[in-house]
Amino acid sequence: MGIYEISLATVVGINVILALGLNLITGFCGQISLGHAAFYGIGAYTTALAAQSGVPGLVSLAAAMFAAAAIGVVVGLASLRVRHDFLAITTMGVGFLFLGIVRQEDRWLGGELGISAIPAFGLSKPGYLLFVLLLALLTAMLSGYINRSWMGFAFEAVADDEDTARVVGVDVAAYKLAAFSLGTALAGLAGGLYAYFTRFIVPDDFGFITSISILSMVAVGGIGSTTGVILGAGLLTLMPEFFRFISDYKLLVYGVLLFAVMRFAPEGLAGVGRSWLARWRLGRRAP
Amino acid sequence: MKPLLEVADLTLHFGGVKALTDVSFAVREKEFLCLIGPNGAGKTTLLKSILGIVQPQQAEIRLAGRSITHLPTHRRIRLGLALTHQIVRPFTCMTVRDNVALAAGHQRLQRVLGALVHLDRRSERAKAAAFLERVGIGDYMDHPVAGLPLGVLKRLEVARALALSPRLLLLDEPLAGLNHVEAGRLADTVAEINQGGMTVVMIEHNLSEVLRVAQRLVVLDNGAKIAEGDPRQVLLMPTVQAAYLGEETDIAAD
Ligand SMILES: Nc1ncnc2c1ncn2[C@@H]1O[C@H](COP(=O)(O)OP(=O)(O)OP(=O)(O)O)[C@@H](O)[C@H]1O
Ligand SMILES: [Mg+2]
Repeated sequence: MGIYEISLATVVGINVILALGLNLITGFCGQISLGHAAFYGIGAYTTALAAQSGVPGLVSLAAAMFAAAAIGVVVGLASLRVRHDFLAITTMGVGFLFLGIVRQEDRWLGGELGISAIPAFGLSKPGYLLFVLLLALLTAMLSGYINRSWMGFAFEAVADDEDTARVVGVDVAAYKLAAFSLGTALAGLAGGLYAYFTRFIVPDDFGFITSISILSMVAVGGIGSTTGVILGAGLLTLMPEFFRFISDYKLLVYGVLLFAVMRFAPEGLAGVGRSWLARWRLGRRAP
Repeated sequence: MKPLLEVADLTLHFGGVKALTDVSFAVREKEFLCLIGPNGAGKTTLLKSILGIVQPQQAEIRLAGRSITHLPTHRRIRLGLALTHQIVRPFTCMTVRDNVALAAGHQRLQRVLGALVHLDRRSERAKAAAFLERVGIGDYMDHPVAGLPLGVLKRLEVARALALSPRLLLLDEPLAGLNHVEAGRLADTVAEINQGGMTVVMIEHNLSEVLRVAQRLVVLDNGAKIAEGDPRQVLLMPTVQAAYLGEETDIAAD
């Protein structure tokens, strides 16, 4: 593997964590978020500042998760008061608010120029790749575990019908907050990993386009499916690398992609895979 | 003996519509109470306010002596209330069995972190199967909910409520949408469950079923309680008969 492949694989790993985090909120618990990049950014900026003031790598990653989850809970609390359709607008607003703040704040956060010269994590490039992939694997395992647990069962109920969930005794607010805090903590982790990876961050890394990209990864992979979302994150991270023109029209391409998936394959890759599998089994059973 | 449920001075309006005005009534431990009244009388709204699904402007509601007036719905469920909806509201993305299994395991869900350490759904699925058999829709166990006929979904509502093992079961027209035989059977099942010690409040339009199972009646008309007591006596009262003939305003004016 050359340097280029290692970098690409590291970004895939980071995006898998990021997308699985959003999948917890949007896929498992049914709460749309158009501002996930803000939590990614909170993690990246927290890590950058912590690293610059000499905090050890693992501690600053933990701080990134904590900071992102803390703000995530605040946004979650706000989301309890709004109905579904309005949640999209609220979370989008959070994204723009974050961007506005980091752009304006030039004493600590570097304004438009962002933060550069972030200290290294202390691993070689291949070593760091392995570290990121290990964390991505752990995140995928956590995701699968949550889905099978009673917490996942409650998320499913909240996503399906909040009012009915209440009538069977589910504390809807508590579960939404749990989803928000877990999902945004993962975004914070991804942000921290990204900051140590590029060692140079600017506000635009965490803008609306990034939020839409993450949502596209989840939707293309299959909302709620852990395997699907991993595939979606991989595919959408690699695609712009192979088709350069995509990077220039990201918002357009992802917008069309999102629309096409919602219209023609609402269950994403995971759904397409399931129906192929079912057809294949049927075909084998037929004489 | 203290009543299991006490509702005092409940008033609720939706904007300009007065749905309920100063309604007070009590449910005795272990009784089978039927709530009747013409369309739009406020019966559904009354049950929904007892669960906290809609918020009355004024009320005092007590369950076993404890005030639940200001508790959120999920807390009232944990204290032993359960409701079936008149207009069915199943979890549409789950199987029939999982709809009920979730309710059967509602205690596992009380603490969010507690829910995270439980993986096994087998015992709840087994309980769910038993409740589904009991209400007569065992055959639909592993069907996805989407596309099932109303008669099945109505009984699914009942199974889900039973799975909560409530102290007080509130049923909003569970028999509507079932054919004659199914309705009679379900009414018998509910009566059996009541004899087993569970207190039941049931809204029902079918007066012959009501007379068969009810021990006491409460009658609502135009958002107010107009009668309560022994079923046969209540149905003979002129105010009640007038309400059912749609002449309630004339009588009230007299
Ligand atoms: N969410 C709501 N918003 C506005 N008005 C409502 C709402 N729900 C009920 N109402 C009104 O309140 C009154 C009582 O309705 P409710 O559904 O409680 O009657 P009901 O006795 O259950 O009738 P039915 O026998 O038809 O089920 C009706 O006039 C109805 O139109
Ligand atoms: Mg009604």
